[in-house]
Amino acid sequence: MVDHTSTTPSGAEGRGPEARPFLRFRDDDPVGDPAVTVNAFLGQGNATAVRIEPGDDTRELLPHLDRVALVEVNFPTLGDGRGYSAARILREEGYTGELRAVGNVLVDQLAFMRRCGFDAFEPGEPLDAADVEAALGRFPHVYQQAADSAVPIWSLRHGKEAGARNG
Amino acid sequence: MYRYDQYDQAMVDARVEEFRDQCQRRLDGQLSEDQFKPLRLMNGLYLQLHAYMLRVAIPYGTLSGAQMHILADIADKYDRGYAHFTTRQNVQYNWIKLEDAGDILADLASREMHAIQTSGNCIRNISSDHFAGAAADEVCDPRPYAELLRQWSSFHPEFSYLPRKFKIAVIASPTDRAAMKLHDIGINLVRNNEGELGAAFYVGGGMGRTPMIAPQIREFVPLDQLITYAEACLRVYNRHGRRDNKYKARIKILVHELGADEYRRQVEAEFEHLLAQKIEPPFAELERLCEFFGDPGFENLAEAEIDRSDPEFALWVDRNTHPHKRPGYTSAVISLKPVGGIPGDATAAQMRLMADLATQYSFDECRVMHTQNIVLPHVRKADLHALWTKLDEAGLATPNLDQIDDIIACPGLDYCSLANARSIPVAQKISQRFAANGKGDTLGELKLKISGCINACGHHHAGHIGILGVDRKGVENYQLLLGGSEADDTSLAKITGPGFDEDGIVNAVETATDVYLANRADGERFLDTYRRIGMAPFKEALYG
Repeated sequence: MVDHTSTTPSGAEGRGPEARPFLRFRDDDPVGDPAVTVNAFLGQGNATAVRIEPGDDTRELLPHLDRVALVEVNFPTLGDGRGYSAARILREEGYTGELRAVGNVLVDQLAFMRRCGFDAFEPGEPLDAADVEAALGRFPHVYQQAADSAVPIWSLRHGKEAGARNG
Repeated sequence: MYRYDQYDQAMVDARVEEFRDQCQRRLDGQLSEDQFKPLRLMNGLYLQLHAYMLRVAIPYGTLSGAQMHILADIADKYDRGYAHFTTRQNVQYNWIKLEDAGDILADLASREMHAIQTSGNCIRNISSDHFAGAAADEVCDPRPYAELLRQWSSFHPEFSYLPRKFKIAVIASPTDRAAMKLHDIGINLVRNNEGELGAAFYVGGGMGRTPMIAPQIREFVPLDQLITYAEACLRVYNRHGRRDNKYKARIKILVHELGADEYRRQVEAEFEHLLAQKIEPPFAELERLCEFFGDPGFENLAEAEIDRSDPEFALWVDRNTHPHKRPGYTSAVISLKPVGGIPGDATAAQMRLMADLATQYSFDECRVMHTQNIVLPHVRKADLHALWTKLDEAGLATPNLDQIDDIIACPGLDYCSLANARSIPVAQKISQRFAANGKGDTLGELKLKISGCINACGHHHAGHIGILGVDRKGVENYQLLLGGSEADDTSLAKITGPGFDEDGIVNAVETATDVYLANRADGERFLDTYRRIGMAPFKEALYG
């Protein structure tokens, strides 16, 4: 499990005034390369940034993860949740680069997206900083294991070690 | 019964505050209805024809007396003095003001209850056998496993924006009392040849406009892999379920289009992958949950003879009790289907009485059945007459469990914004008809289910007799279906032919029962006779 619980979110530092709203939970520098489609990425050996659309098979990227620095996952609509699985699969497969949710990203979805491994957000509409903080701090615990380092309630109940496997 | 610890309580309390905030933002105009809709739906708040409707989760249908009391208090304080028990073992309030929603959730949280994920395209309340922990035929109590699934599915970060809603049922006996194979996932706890407990997974059942019976996807999932396997089933669905058409988005369509074998192959591959992720809860958690559902201090009673000298009481005993695993005990069903009443409705006073009777006679526990009745699971046979007397005084002793007037009906066009036709008046007329003509008592087990639209909330596909309300050129029209079953002999009902108007459908139901009575062989239920003689004699009588 990768720890993506970076410190505090950073804004769009170093980006021009025309930059889109941007929220980032990583300490490294944002990747400047434009993200290409999965097909284009698989067809060209030097791309380092790729953009996943809901219908794409995330697992096609797995043989190439060592050269990926940025994965954008597009949420064209609020209700299309395929991107949550895409993100979590990438983290489960050991991807440690930037994982950025783009498109229809609302403040009410941020906590779930963080749990699925997203560490950067480029929403269509800007998010209010106070709302972001409130949304991410709302729930004191989690019930299940996901792609973040949060310890599920059932492991807290029995001591973290007991969470490893069955007794 | 399960009790919250500080973690469960903190999560539910946080949800109350979150939703209070969201409601306030809506009332202040900061949120548009479009923005608010997905948020309120995750909390069970629907905008219906006349008002907001709030659906409260009753996990696996189990309630304490105190919980039933708070449900009654909410009915009085925020609604019109009654509530409606649903086919998914939940409870609904039909006349809610948005201003009150936060306070209602806070009242619920004070009794370890909530409305989390009672709507929306997420994993809904987990349902189970209403006789769990009491039934003579169960392998184990299914509820610890349902509770584990409840916790796993609560605020699940990956599965909160599924293609469509997702319903899971867990049972643990060969007799299916929860329509298990008509759920997105049906889990049946079984023992393998080595005597170990595990879970058989059935995936892709459902009703709605395309009813399907779930095929078995895995014969035996070890208990220490239960959550991982469920996660694999859900992930395949979340990634590949159809999102281009709302009416083809349930998992049953995916399983049907892929075929059970290909769906199984994908799930098994995902399962292998997820096993390595170590997402399974510690086994100690399952052991902890099992302790909550241990036997509630039964007395060692001799098997008791019930005094049957009062014929009305004897009839109620025959119809409304179910065999218990312990000698001297029985499970008693409180019918919410009085003749001419609204199926599943109870007044606040009735709810308080049921709560107090549960406390007095059933170890402080009652259950909601998917057939919209209430069970007192653990009643001493010696107490049955006293219990029945109190129920009778409150109009709650109708002796009609699984009889023709024990009707499942959705709220229909009287409340629901999706409905095409009213369900409640049809149910009322049918129960009145069969009470008046005296035939009701001659029919034996006959499950009648009414839906006011093709979404099938009234389970018409699974009725021995089903009724489907449709809109025909602006007029309510009712189709008749025969031969469905939600039990372990699951089958889907077939339409007899052209539909009927409201009075016509009542006549048609009576005609169908006349065909049954004329053809019934010894001991046959309506369903058995229909299966033996087929549709033709019914069609002939209805349309000939």
